[in-house]
Amino acid sequence: MINWLANPARFTRISARALPWCGWTAAVVLCVGLFWSLVLAPPDYQQGDTVRIMFIHVPAAWMALNIYLFVAVASAVALVWRHPLAEIAARAAAPMGAAFTFVCLATGSLWGRPMWGTWWVWDARLTSVLILFFLYLGYIALVNAFDDPSRGGKAGSILALVGVVNLPIIKFSVDWWNTLHQPASVMRIGGPRIDISMLVPLLIMTAGFSLFFLALLMLRMRTVLNERKAGTLRLNAGVAPAPRPARERAMPAHPGRS
Amino acid sequence: MAGFIGLFRRDLRLALRQSGDTGLVLGFFVLAVVLFPLGVGPEPAILQRIGPGIVWVAALLAALLSLDRLFEADYQDGGLDLLVLSSLPVELAVLAKCAAHWVATGLPLALISPFLALLVDLDPGAILVLSSSLLIGTPALSLIGSVAAALSLGARRQGAVLSILVLPLYVPPLVFGAGAVEASVAGAGGRAYLLILAALSLAALAFCPWASAAALRQALE
Repeated sequence: MINWLANPARFTRISARALPWCGWTAAVVLCVGLFWSLVLAPPDYQQGDTVRIMFIHVPAAWMALNIYLFVAVASAVALVWRHPLAEIAARAAAPMGAAFTFVCLATGSLWGRPMWGTWWVWDARLTSVLILFFLYLGYIALVNAFDDPSRGGKAGSILALVGVVNLPIIKFSVDWWNTLHQPASVMRIGGPRIDISMLVPLLIMTAGFSLFFLALLMLRMRTVLNERKAGTLRLNAGVAPAPRPARERAMPAHPGRS
Repeated sequence: MAGFIGLFRRDLRLALRQSGDTGLVLGFFVLAVVLFPLGVGPEPAILQRIGPGIVWVAALLAALLSLDRLFEADYQDGGLDLLVLSSLPVELAVLAKCAAHWVATGLPLALISPFLALLVDLDPGAILVLSSSLLIGTPALSLIGSVAAALSLGARRQGAVLSILVLPLYVPPLVFGAGAVEASVAGAGGRAYLLILAALSLAALAFCPWASAAALRQALE
């Protein structure tokens, strides 16, 4: 299975067919989910209409965590089996994970203002998600910090695996520390403690976010593959590689090392 | 084992003879702490409240400042290649380097922290907890830092990359280290925090050498 998937040409072929389907389904599901959650779903008996922020906030938080897990698993696969696509996938997914984390933090802040009376509290859940955001930024910075892209990919893979320690801390922070953020109400033992009229749009939004992520992931991976192909073609044709920005060229890559 | 001790002594000797290294880190630590009373005002009540956090944050930044010393010079002159090729396992080499780094930075930081605690008006009991929290927590700083230092070898703008990698990972020692002192100031006793801090250091001792060794191997490929 892994070997079958490891073929970039096969991936390009399959993703070319899957990408439009995935993208359009994501668009339709997101439209349905947004309409359902912003118009059809009932307002909360306590929170009124502000509860609708949940339909963005909670799926974004789930995506933030799951994408990190995806990056970490892809990194492990890349390190262990030297899987060429896994590294590209991890690298392509990280900025999207950072974006979802940011959406989660921003919507949470907007939701906290009317409900808790503050934009931000140093609650364990909020702090650990903020650290997740910085971990994403660190990963992105490290991956792009090397002249040799494969070097950056490997360093990033190790960092992604080190950062996995933060995931259980985020997940269980609301149980370990009794703080302002409410404990889990959907993914809990004994079934979700949320009314079905809100759970359905929530799940639709989650599906829409996931499809959107999948479509963008394929698009970004295809872009990277095409870029590399173009680089190889240019090299074979004997044309000099595209010049890098001046500030990078001004600095010698490494004085003591070729 | 002889290789381990030899490497430890070599690194320690280098750190102590290049007198700028340890002195610079300690000087930075003292200056960073001194800046806070100048910035927030000299009221003893405020300083007592934020003192433990200030000392811990300054210790984090001082440790960060010294991290490039761990591998960078050996990477530049090729000594690191020899280390990786030698019969000593890379994990043990990392451990020896971290131990030397801790003795040259973490230990002095913990030793001079009582004097800095006087500057922020902590009482004797709190000073004891602060120094022991630094003593217990700084090994974790050296070990976690070694992973980031190994990962960022040869990166462009290495200093910036190093700090963005390492500071998020330094949050747990900071929270529990400063928390121990605050708990003891509040009268709750810092014992639980110190135990968690010790657990963090031990976990770092168990895992970080492997991660650093993996990072070193891929850096030298």
